[in-house]
Amino acid sequence: MSGSSFGFFGTDPWWMVILKAVAIFGMLVVLTLFTIWWERRVVSRMQNRIGPNRVGPAGLLQSLMDGFKLAFKEEIIPKSAHVAVYWIAPVISATAAFLAFAVIPFGPTVSIFGVETPLQLTDFPVSVLYVLAIASVGVYGLVLAGWSSGSTYPLLGGLRSTAQVISYEIAMGLSFVAVFLFAGSMSTSEIIAKQQPIWFAVILLPSFLIYVTSMVGETNRAPFDLPEAEGELVGGFHTEYSSLKFAMFFLAEYINMVTVSALAATLFLGGWLAPWPISLWDSANVGWWPILWWLLKVQLFIFMFIWLRATLPRLRYDQFMKFGWKILIPASLAWIFIVATARVFRDDFAFSNQQLLIAGAVVIAVLLIGSWLLQIRSDRKQAAIESEREQELLVPFDAMAGGHPVPPMPGQVLAYTPRRVLAAQSVAAQVIPPALDSTPTEETPNA
Amino acid sequence: MNVYTPILVLGILAFGFAVFSIVIASFTGPKRYNRAKYAAYECGIEPTPQPMGGGRFPVKFYLTAMMFIIFDIELVFLYPWAVSADALGAFGLIAIFLFLINLCLPYAFEWRRGGLEWD
Amino acid sequence: MTTTDFTNGDPFAGSYDTTEGTVYNLGGGDWDSIAAAPEGENERIVVNMGPQHPSTHGVLRMILELEGETVVEARCGIGFLHTGIEKNMEFRTWVQGVTYVTRMDYLAPMFNETAYCLSVERLLGIEDQIPERANVIRVMMMELNRVSSHLVALATGGMELGALTAMIFGFRERELVLDIFEMVSGLRMNSAYIRPGGVAIDLPNGAEQKIRETVVLLRKRLKDTSDLLVDNAIWMGRTVGVGYLDLTGCMALGITGPVLRATGLPHDLRKSAPYCGYENYDFEIPTQTSCDAYGRFLNRIAEMHESLNIVDQCLDRLVPGPIMIADKKIAWPSQLSIGGDGQGNSPEHIQKIMSESMEALIHHFKLVTEGFSVPAGQAYVPIESPRGELGAHVVSTGGTRPYRVHFRDPSFNNLQAVAAMSEGSMIADVIAAVASIDPVMGGVDR
Repeated sequence: MSGSSFGFFGTDPWWMVILKAVAIFGMLVVLTLFTIWWERRVVSRMQNRIGPNRVGPAGLLQSLMDGFKLAFKEEIIPKSAHVAVYWIAPVISATAAFLAFAVIPFGPTVSIFGVETPLQLTDFPVSVLYVLAIASVGVYGLVLAGWSSGSTYPLLGGLRSTAQVISYEIAMGLSFVAVFLFAGSMSTSEIIAKQQPIWFAVILLPSFLIYVTSMVGETNRAPFDLPEAEGELVGGFHTEYSSLKFAMFFLAEYINMVTVSALAATLFLGGWLAPWPISLWDSANVGWWPILWWLLKVQLFIFMFIWLRATLPRLRYDQFMKFGWKILIPASLAWIFIVATARVFRDDFAFSNQQLLIAGAVVIAVLLIGSWLLQIRSDRKQAAIESEREQELLVPFDAMAGGHPVPPMPGQVLAYTPRRVLAAQSVAAQVIPPALDSTPTEETPNA
Repeated sequence: MNVYTPILVLGILAFGFAVFSIVIASFTGPKRYNRAKYAAYECGIEPTPQPMGGGRFPVKFYLTAMMFIIFDIELVFLYPWAVSADALGAFGLIAIFLFLINLCLPYAFEWRRGGLEWD
Repeated sequence: MTTTDFTNGDPFAGSYDTTEGTVYNLGGGDWDSIAAAPEGENERIVVNMGPQHPSTHGVLRMILELEGETVVEARCGIGFLHTGIEKNMEFRTWVQGVTYVTRMDYLAPMFNETAYCLSVERLLGIEDQIPERANVIRVMMMELNRVSSHLVALATGGMELGALTAMIFGFRERELVLDIFEMVSGLRMNSAYIRPGGVAIDLPNGAEQKIRETVVLLRKRLKDTSDLLVDNAIWMGRTVGVGYLDLTGCMALGITGPVLRATGLPHDLRKSAPYCGYENYDFEIPTQTSCDAYGRFLNRIAEMHESLNIVDQCLDRLVPGPIMIADKKIAWPSQLSIGGDGQGNSPEHIQKIMSESMEALIHHFKLVTEGFSVPAGQAYVPIESPRGELGAHVVSTGGTRPYRVHFRDPSFNNLQAVAAMSEGSMIADVIAAVASIDPVMGGVDR
């Protein structure tokens, strides 16, 4: 593993590098266009609508045309904007989005024009770390966009997205640790190779779930789309952006979706390895076929993104941050403890997998019983609160308790006042109260 | 060829594309001046005058950023250990546990003090 | 708003000239003091939320003073949808007034019409002479309208909290109700269907059948829509405990409708001061005790089911009969029917006034152009609209036009609660609180 080459990587001729870079670039743009269309169609179907179906076959060219339309829209740069930063922000966003894809493998080694080369732009010993780093650079795009617009809503959106993305990046990074433990490498191609008998999603299910959750947060997608929550912040950080600058943010968002999906497939679903029934076929994992398995896995995640968006309302900001900091991060840490300990017990103290599984089952059983007991306790507490509330209802009704007169609730009784009794009687008897009746008019001083 | 060179190639391609698109858009799009159009968006109301960048950010965001840096450093230490955990064995495990406990103490402190509450 | 020049003497409106023309600014209440508050030291910023904002229910302006994400002060700015309806009505006949009032709270047109017509009828002293069929149709239309209005509340509320499918579902179901309105009155909204003395036109053939089918379909689909949200953890996280306003607050601010009923007080004018024969129907007043946005949401869903029950009862009560008061001095003379070219006067009626009876023609002409006179006096009739107590205060000097018509629109009063509900919470909670009030700016600004 010298600096200049890493396995197959770093040995490509220069034209192969350019070919692959252009191919990846083209694939990402096409995938983005496809994903936008696919999302609109799927969401439409989930909502009993049809969705775009006019431009091209089944509306497939809709997003391309939308892109062209954006190119012919006026560029509006607000007067209050910090122009240089405002200008560079979408460039940072888009460039970072493309760059993160450099280390994603989408196939095994194939022969292109007689040159043996892996279907992956490049790889090196720390490539997953590289993806995380590039994702952090992408955040600069959002923050700077929000800050440089010189307007309140983008600023709030920019701040939100910074805090959000960095918070979820930790949960995301922690979910990788277990994968590295098992793979013994941070290189994407080696991680895939290590998933040959069984995918990491199966043996490291908690890591997988944490990653999937945090990848939705990381890409600002519903239900974690707080930086651009249109119900609150109008457009969020891109409120002031128009024309192709806006398109760059849009492009970046969708490429990021593809990237995190591809990373999920790489780290947990065996990357381009064929799924089980197909993997029985001998040539499933050689040649060009794996690209198809890889695409299917990526689309699976993208479909999940779309499904989430159609189903769930948006979280509130504090709930979202709380979820990241108080649930995802401690859960990841605890899971790392468990996995690391189990591995050491197996390797150094010669425990068998079976014994470890039994120990795990016991721990889970203890946890379940514990949570059940906690539930009983909280139920009891709830019941106590409820009976307390009933007790409160028995206290004589005080209409002025809150500082403003209120009518009695059902079950409450107004306190006794002689006047109300008289009034009730008079209403019942349909007569004027005698107290008023007996007062002769001529005796009143003003009459 | 170096393994990092392809990233540069892809980077140049992506950067070129982004810059090209944005530059070309300023030629293809129309330009019609309107004072209201170039004002900052504030829901159709004259924007309340604000200092550049909205003045001071709430300190909460800095706290989050500090927490992020602490945990990011933790990650940087965890990764090399994870990659070579098999070689390090029980010694590595105990060492990393001590490190994690060291980190979890301030985390627990922050949690107790309400630093993770947003409001 | 330092640039605004208030030299024209109005403390709340100013203007200044720019190269593109004059720019007008609007102020009011203590808006400006909030907008000008954060000078220097603190970390507070002022945000105008609305009028052009995706989740302010039309053109509500909210002036929020923020500290980070926390709302320190919130004020409502209204008046962006002022249409002068109340003033215009002073220059139109009593019947023409219906066409105006229906446009106030545009999500509940039937309620506006009914409140106005009941007031006019009270002034005329003809409340007891309204035919039974007209009353049943009024109740039926109002309850269907309540369903459609609550569906919009659900849909827009869902959209504002990010539940896009709930939005589409809500509007889809509302369409079913609007189809009925179109079939019955000819218009989907603003139908001017309920008139002083009765209703404009009888139910067309097949309407009863269609309403029956729609009620069945609505029950099923309402369940789908509410299943999306009722036990949804995120939805509950966004609404439970949000926009809290207890009974004392409601009473102090004059809040009615689902917001009041979410405090546990079963106050509903259909029960406490029945009109249009509501005392003859069997229905419940749903209440919640949580005082929050979630309680209001549950209340609305329960009310929709109750409304559908009432519609069922209406259909059973519908017996053939007149739909307009018998008094020919008040009843609208024309007889509408649906012809080949749409809705219009029935050919028989045209035949009669044009070639058979001169008196009928004169009568028709007088009633349509001049209108009937209403005895001098004033009347206030409150009814229970989907948003709360909707009252029409009508004053007559004895002429053929109102002297003054004023509406107590529940949206207007309920909006007062925004500050009480949202100060101290987060921005996202302001949205949830406003959505749970469900204000309709057409009704607020009139």
